[in-house]
Amino acid sequence: MSSGIRAWLDARPWIWSFGAALIVWLVTTFVVQGRGMLATLAVALQFATFYVIVGIGQMFAIAAGPGNIDLSIPGVMTFAGYIAIGLMNGSNYGLPAGLAAGIGVGIVAGVFNVLLIQGLRIPPMIGTLASGFVFQSMAIAYSSTTNAPPAPLLVSFSAARLLGVPLIALVFIIFTVFVAVGLRRSMFGRAVLAVGQSLRAARLAGLAVRRTFALVYLLSAILAAIAGILLAAYSGGAALDMGADYLLMSIAVVVLGGTSIAGGQASPAGLWGAATLLDLVVTMLNVMRVGAGVRYVVTGLIIIAVLALAKGSDETA
Amino acid sequence: MTDEAGEAFVRLSGICKSFGAIRALAGVDLTIRSGRMVSVVGHNGAGKSTLMQILAGALAPDAGEIRVAGHAVVHGYSVRRASALGIRCVFQELSLCPNLSAAENTRVFHPALAGPGWRRRARQLIGNALHAIFPGHGIDVHRPVGELPIGQRQMVETARAFTETDHPVRLVILDEPTASLDATAAEQLLRYTGEARARDVAVVFISHRLPEILGHADEVFVMRDGQVVGSGAADALTEAQLVEMMGVVRSVDLTHAPGSRGVREQIRVEQPARADTPLRVQLRAGEVVGLAGLADHGQRELLQAVFDAAGHPATTLRVNGSVAYVSGDRRTEGIFPLWSVGHNTTISRLRALARLGFLNPAREAALAEDWRTRLAIHTPNIDRPITSLSGGNQQKVLVARAFAAEADIILFDDPLRGVDIATKRELYQHVHRAAEAGCAFLWYTTENTELVNCDRVYVFYRGTITDEIAHADLTEDRIIGASFGAGHNVAV
Repeated sequence: MSSGIRAWLDARPWIWSFGAALIVWLVTTFVVQGRGMLATLAVALQFATFYVIVGIGQMFAIAAGPGNIDLSIPGVMTFAGYIAIGLMNGSNYGLPAGLAAGIGVGIVAGVFNVLLIQGLRIPPMIGTLASGFVFQSMAIAYSSTTNAPPAPLLVSFSAARLLGVPLIALVFIIFTVFVAVGLRRSMFGRAVLAVGQSLRAARLAGLAVRRTFALVYLLSAILAAIAGILLAAYSGGAALDMGADYLLMSIAVVVLGGTSIAGGQASPAGLWGAATLLDLVVTMLNVMRVGAGVRYVVTGLIIIAVLALAKGSDETA
Repeated sequence: MTDEAGEAFVRLSGICKSFGAIRALAGVDLTIRSGRMVSVVGHNGAGKSTLMQILAGALAPDAGEIRVAGHAVVHGYSVRRASALGIRCVFQELSLCPNLSAAENTRVFHPALAGPGWRRRARQLIGNALHAIFPGHGIDVHRPVGELPIGQRQMVETARAFTETDHPVRLVILDEPTASLDATAAEQLLRYTGEARARDVAVVFISHRLPEILGHADEVFVMRDGQVVGSGAADALTEAQLVEMMGVVRSVDLTHAPGSRGVREQIRVEQPARADTPLRVQLRAGEVVGLAGLADHGQRELLQAVFDAAGHPATTLRVNGSVAYVSGDRRTEGIFPLWSVGHNTTISRLRALARLGFLNPAREAALAEDWRTRLAIHTPNIDRPITSLSGGNQQKVLVARAFAAEADIILFDDPLRGVDIATKRELYQHVHRAAEAGCAFLWYTTENTELVNCDRVYVFYRGTITDEIAHADLTEDRIIGASFGAGHNVAV
């Protein structure tokens, strides 16, 4: 590959996940002989949106440098989903209170994580894992008292389509653009990327290092809560295992999307490529009638292939 | 040069290397004989480091021939191959694993140190080398290297290059080894190169400190713009000749002689009175105060304390005003390696460039461009990655960052180590100009000659100040005396 093309590609780490998603989509379309190819994509986008919402938070954590990760996402999603839907109790009148309480769960979880990490100096990986268990347990306790349906307005919002495109996907694509601009152009974005590259250099450059970390974990928890509320609404109610997939998926979409696991660099656009890819792979293997065992193998191989291509000539020196 | 003096161990001929559009080396010839010390001098970006990386096998040349011990080795030449041939390199950028101890780092370097008891043998190997080169070094070889101050890390790196297991050492490349060593350690190392030469080891020595070179090297090669522009025996050359060959240095006008400056009344930094010493740090607006002494005797701790105390009503140290910090350890606490020159310049000034938390890109670019021009940072444009710059230019960017921050107090943590003379002189002028405008400087340096830029100098020994010297009374003898605890204000 010529060095010009390589440099162009290296500046666009998100391109691999989009390329892979496109290939998988075309293969799927070929297998089903073109039937419902746009519908497949729309469904994939719908589910991808939930991955992207938590992925944005996880991306900020990972970009903040080695050791930073948010493993409380599933617990926060589940508890926020239960609290929000429980307060709505099937009525649009309960919507504001439900949303506020659900997002409130996110804020409390974020503050709790920050206290564990900064106050008690617990490594983020352990601290957030522990707080995730706490919120999951609270969801279990709360779930025995409620089996409420979500507010109808929220259900229609979460499942609405605009010209065939899921509405929440559009909303969060706009949000992703805002995040991408923010990473480059906002003081917070710069601080996160600076801290992720070199903590000592960031401190000596006069950046508010502690506040930056605190905001990262707060943001991640709030986004997890929002994802939990929307997913619960879309699925017709909260469920105890609704966050289970999201622990590893939130990390997978970040890394597949081109964000450096070493920190200091983030690729928000790639979240969409990666999330769509992971969803389309499942669809493709389903229409191919592949067994569950093979499905995991193929999913794993696709992830490896995308990462291998993206990292290809990073270390040519 | 006479050719009969010793057999040529390494002969480089017609070496060329380009990085994109930049031609780093344009046909370099260099001969290194066993048991001789060759010195390569030149300004930052002259191609010295690139040439050394090629010699050490870390970079492949685009053209040219490398002959080691009489054999051509261009094909498949690598660090491993060079090491097997006995070529060792102490790079300017420290290459130790920070999480490993000195002994473990030695093991990484020597695959032969395997099997049971390797720990003990590695410890002995590095311990002996350290004792031979830097007697009385005081380094704990069990501590992770990352916890050692930069001067000690440099000692470990240097000592490791001289350790031997399966392959004998034939040539050691010392790229700017004395830049982060204090005067004593640098002298020890230079003395040791004599012993190594007596064992028929060749040494390549790169330094910006010309007296060191003229005093110790056998031959000197002068590089400019990727070419060797002159060479000769060290004892036949003078400093003035070298400087002339290195290229035109912009003449410097030191009309704002330090000491003559109007120092303001406003106190920026003040240490509370202490019972054990009459000397305490005080820094006024517009003052340039030097921190001298051997490396790691408390100078950096003072800078850190000032940095931490800024903006806090601290009990131990009163700091009045905003601070900016420039570290000489650019790789671990200076640059943001993934960013452009521009973003690296503006990071400490973002607040002033932002509205509602969002930056104005045009104003940011203008600020970075302004400082690029003012400090003459060599880069085609401010959007280039910072890592594409030479070491000295990266260091300039860090200085620009501190100036751009418009802080009341600038803390210099030996920021000009490894920077060439021309660049240093330019930066000295900027320091004087900023001081003129009221900025206060606390300046730790391992190079005593740099202290002439200071209005006052505090000399450190074992964490306390042993002497305070006004600019007019500054002498090398007095600094060295106080560096060993013999300050005139201390009752012995």
